[in-house]
Amino acid sequence: MSVAAVSSPSRPHLPRWAAPAGAVVLFAVAYLAFRGTATLPHDDEAAPFVAITELREWVDANKNSNPLFLYVVNYVRLLVGWIHVTLAGALHALGWPGLIGLMGAVGWATGGLRVGLLGVAGFAAFGVLGVWESSVDTLALVGTAVLLSLATGLPLGVWAGRSPRLRRALNPVLDVMQIMPTFAYLAPMVLFFQIGAPAGAVATMIYAIPPAIRITALAIDQVSPAAVEASTSLGATRWHTLRKVHLPLARSTMTLAVNQTIMMALSMVVIANLISAPGLGSDIIRGLSRQNVGIMLPAGLAIVVMAVVLDRTTMAAARRHRGDGGQPAGPRWTRVAGAAVLAGAGVTLTYALPAALVAGWPAGWVLPMAGPVNDAVRWAETTWYDVTESVKNVTSEVVLNPLQELLTSAPWWLVAAAVLLLARWASGWRPALTALGCLLAIALLGLWEHSMVTLSMVVVAVLAVLGVGLVLGVAAARSAWFSAVQRPLLDAAQTMPSFVYLLPALALFGPTKFTAIFASVIYAAPPVVRLVEEGVRKVPPAVVEAAVAAGSTPGQLLRKVQLPMARESILLAANQGIVLTLAMVVLGALVGGGALGYDVVSGFSQRTNFGMGFAAGVAIVLLGIMLDRITQGADRRPSPHRRMFR
Amino acid sequence: MGDSPDSAAIEVDGLWKIFGPGAERVLEGDDRFLDPAALREKTGCTAAVRDVGFTVRPGEVFVVMGLSGSGKSTLVRCLIRLIEPTAGRISIDGEDIGRASPARLRDIRRHQVSMVFQHFGLLPHRRVIDNVAYGLEIQGMAKAARHARAAEILSLVGLDGHAGSYPDQLSGGMQQRVGLARALAVDPRVMLFDEPFSALDPLIRRDMQAEVIRLHREVGKTMVFITHDLSEALKLGERIAIMRDGRIVQVGTPEELVGAPADDYVADFVRDVPRSHVLTLRWICRDPEPGEPLDGPELPASTLVKDAIAAASASSRPIRVVDGDRLAGVVDRVDLLTFLSGLSHHPGPPSEDSGRDSGQDSGRARASA
Amino acid sequence: MKIRLLAGLLVLGLAAGCGGAKVEDTPTSAASPPATGASGGGTVKIAINPWVGYEASANVVAHLLKNELGYTVELPEIKEQLAWEGFETGDVDVIIENWGHPDLKKKFIEEKKVAQEAGSTGNKGVIGWYIPKWMADEHPGITDYKNLNKYAHLFRTSESGGKGQLLFGDPSYVSNEDALIKNLKLDLKVVTGGSEAALIKAAQQAQEQKKPLLFYFWDPHWLFSKTELVRVNLPAYTEGCDADPKKVACDYAEMDLDKIVSTKFAQSGGKAYELVKNFSWTNEDQNAVADDMTNNGMTGEQAAKKWIEANPAKWQAWIPK
Repeated sequence: MSVAAVSSPSRPHLPRWAAPAGAVVLFAVAYLAFRGTATLPHDDEAAPFVAITELREWVDANKNSNPLFLYVVNYVRLLVGWIHVTLAGALHALGWPGLIGLMGAVGWATGGLRVGLLGVAGFAAFGVLGVWESSVDTLALVGTAVLLSLATGLPLGVWAGRSPRLRRALNPVLDVMQIMPTFAYLAPMVLFFQIGAPAGAVATMIYAIPPAIRITALAIDQVSPAAVEASTSLGATRWHTLRKVHLPLARSTMTLAVNQTIMMALSMVVIANLISAPGLGSDIIRGLSRQNVGIMLPAGLAIVVMAVVLDRTTMAAARRHRGDGGQPAGPRWTRVAGAAVLAGAGVTLTYALPAALVAGWPAGWVLPMAGPVNDAVRWAETTWYDVTESVKNVTSEVVLNPLQELLTSAPWWLVAAAVLLLARWASGWRPALTALGCLLAIALLGLWEHSMVTLSMVVVAVLAVLGVGLVLGVAAARSAWFSAVQRPLLDAAQTMPSFVYLLPALALFGPTKFTAIFASVIYAAPPVVRLVEEGVRKVPPAVVEAAVAAGSTPGQLLRKVQLPMARESILLAANQGIVLTLAMVVLGALVGGGALGYDVVSGFSQRTNFGMGFAAGVAIVLLGIMLDRITQGADRRPSPHRRMFR
Repeated sequence: MGDSPDSAAIEVDGLWKIFGPGAERVLEGDDRFLDPAALREKTGCTAAVRDVGFTVRPGEVFVVMGLSGSGKSTLVRCLIRLIEPTAGRISIDGEDIGRASPARLRDIRRHQVSMVFQHFGLLPHRRVIDNVAYGLEIQGMAKAARHARAAEILSLVGLDGHAGSYPDQLSGGMQQRVGLARALAVDPRVMLFDEPFSALDPLIRRDMQAEVIRLHREVGKTMVFITHDLSEALKLGERIAIMRDGRIVQVGTPEELVGAPADDYVADFVRDVPRSHVLTLRWICRDPEPGEPLDGPELPASTLVKDAIAAASASSRPIRVVDGDRLAGVVDRVDLLTFLSGLSHHPGPPSEDSGRDSGQDSGRARASA
Repeated sequence: MKIRLLAGLLVLGLAAGCGGAKVEDTPTSAASPPATGASGGGTVKIAINPWVGYEASANVVAHLLKNELGYTVELPEIKEQLAWEGFETGDVDVIIENWGHPDLKKKFIEEKKVAQEAGSTGNKGVIGWYIPKWMADEHPGITDYKNLNKYAHLFRTSESGGKGQLLFGDPSYVSNEDALIKNLKLDLKVVTGGSEAALIKAAQQAQEQKKPLLFYFWDPHWLFSKTELVRVNLPAYTEGCDADPKKVACDYAEMDLDKIVSTKFAQSGGKAYELVKNFSWTNEDQNAVADDMTNNGMTGEQAAKKWIEANPAKWQAWIPK
């Protein structure tokens, strides 16, 4: 690019590929000449780590005397803890019949009988899966986090919706919060709130709050200006207009904010179990540490079921507010009456049945899964051993290790220059400088080598995700049949919390870096497939018709018309894919992913490594911002709301 | 200048609206005289309304007409400060709107001026009756009372039986009737219409125009009506102001605009108007030639040209055009045919009238005449 | 509105004591169902550390607490060092099998006084580096750390980047590996399998498929009865050679595994505390339960029940009178 810009008309014109090719050659030569010099090898005792560890020790020693902790942080912890304990107490006190009845009632009231039955069946499934107690704990934690998120997020969102200035101020913060891999939240939580439910709830809340703010702001902002103007023209005050125009009109979209907040909270709450918050995540972690899919699967399924039930119920509520899309089955009074009867029956049952039966889900009603599941996993392991092993080894030896070797043995300045040029070429100067800044900050943190390893994994995973995304997305765009089959699968995949993806990966490949990559590919694929399909579909039919009329073969149509025209969507997909992949690769530390993610885990499992873990969390964020900036120019987001509904 | 300003319903003077950074500064300097493109180039500002002034008489239907981007919608919003004007004076019923406090302004909006919008601005989550009653609701009127009033207005606009519907269950025309009813419900003295019918189908638009004419007859409000449709302007407007690039180019009655366009822009605008439907005999009659028989049929000078055709064809003699008792002139078949064929020179203005000249000063003079 | 909020906060503040909120202030746990069943004595929280031997001990104690003393027992999954922090926050009452951790003892027992020792578990624990026996047979001298570099190439894998792989377990385990490799100048790289299960699986594969393996492991463990393993001899442990974690160049010491409880629990735990204090069994006992849990498809509860039914004499001695 820069070379091309310099070339003056007097000189012969270089072909377009010359500049990039020249740059590549230049970098290759520089690498060969300087490899092994100016590397930044990892050191567990790097100064920033030690400083942070010492800070932690200081906090630890002073948290009962420092006013900030004594009067603020510890109160927050108490308050959050109190909400959680109250909620958990209430949910447990309902007993399983009461809670199932209540969920069914809520579903019935919002979405009609079918949603109600889904609620009953779904919550009963927690018991059948044998994870009733953990499920209720998770529900309480999600409830706490969602309450807190909404209590702060909705007002903030309303405010941001009416004040462009606040929105501009919030946007970058929310951007970072959404790029930030879930893992990175944990160490600061431990620092301030210790371990346990309050820390878990706060971490979950921070993770879940961006959609609450963003969607609410969008909803308020999108309220028809005509209606607002009409209201003003009739002499309404701002408060009037907010209450009678903005809020009612934004309500259905705001219900969507609630829905999204719950979904986000569900995917985070499991990870919060790593800092000893109670719930289903505990079972998953147990399963991971025993490599026992039989333990993990019921917990994983329970989370998916919980996600589906809460999703359908809140979506039904959103649709009802919207007043379109057909009224839910049955008139209003049957729904309300049905709901009341169901809730009443449940609660009565709790108090009418013998206490021993209600104390916990009856053991006899649990479907024993661990045995058969583990048998199946063992069968898959032994049957596919050769295939999985060779896939894993070939990928590692041929792609992953060389790339990792390249990145860790190249001088840091060469990598930095490459990042700068790449970002400049893809997105322009400003993002390029931000990306460079992030990279240098990583180096200063003392995490260069591990960041390079993580980066190499992300690169491999992203390439794989894009490959999968393009194939499936194009297939779906070209075949209505394929799309119809694929859609519900994608829907389900997108409601699933990220943790769950580790299961099949671990079962197939055991704990290695490749496992983490595999998990991130299946985690990031659904949105990428969606975006590609959407992009190809959005190509105007008139253009396609014209191309076909000109005699294009289907292949030509795809290569010369549809893919080029879907470029924006595909680039957006790449950007999204990178952000999601990073999050998952990091989480892959739990299944042998190593590098930054492992530093984080090790940071809160070994006190002496706390500083390293904390710094690794920061490095992950920096890496995320860097990758986002490199690709963001390509996606040219026209509006800040674009990524809102992910 | 017969009417004193006190009796004017709306009086606007030296109104400016400049969008963009440093609007005040633009107004103080000479930049304000730049044409729109140059201004945007130089300062990044857009002058939507430039030094506009006019007066609307009580009970009058005053139409502001212009193409999109001419600043007419901004102008009407400035009247009740839905958009804050950059400079200028606006008074409604003698009260200076620019100086009104927020509370007073709300009061004016609640009781004195109401507005009908191009895109209706209805609240989709409220039933029709609650939409109509909205203005009354925020005034603090009790539910029963405001519903009674809203029902009354609904039947006035012909929406009996739709009170319980939701806006999206109604057709576009019916939705705009709701908008109309909402504006009427607060019993304002002035109604502002911002291109209310441009989103409607032509047939429905015609019905709605008739509806406005009927309502004007029945309730007699002062109305300011914004449109980009010349035929609508001619049909509704007692007087019409033509806007271009934020300025008023000409103000006048329909026949003044058609008969004596202030400049080529206006002339171009009205070129396709069937003039026989707008101009009266006053505009084409001539002094009788010597010896011309003056015993032909007699018609008043305010007769539309098209209505004179029958009389002219029934008589071989020139028609006598009278203004009251005075003979204004004569018109014969040849005159009519020449006029209808469009071969005639631009018809001359009646000699008594202050006549055609250019510039908005004269326009404003006529507007307040 | 604001004033009410302020007042609310103020009340909250006063309620928590005028001196601000301390870390130990914890909202009283209502997370367990209303006391049901036998003569309820409250809730005991035993942290679960991630290895099966620990779980075996925890499950046996939990079973007795539940069925003999009528307590409610929670078994939160918390890793070693975090569990110590749990003493402070109230999330943990008991660590049933503690492996040394002199630094944590100093901090939480001596300085913060939120925890205290509750006696030995009766188990002897030792950590070490192991290889499958067939390797020791085929490669003479491999069990001496001085020869490890000679054989390092055998341990290379796709994860170890040119060096020999030393497979490690859960990130939270007690570990001197990095220091040992550095200080003994070994051509090895620590690769973290992430769990006990990963170690076991690798060991079993190493035996069955004759795949070379060098890995971190510990005794007591049921694996020794199923797989033939040989320990690599690192420089012998001497008193204090592991004092500075960065300069460690000697093998792990044999430890008396012990129990740690929160001070709060020691003071108000009543019979439950007595039982925890009395609990003591042998490595064989633990291995039996752990083996059932891992290899015989039993849950912790079932395996504990089986052992309890088979060994009444042993556990009856633990039950407080």
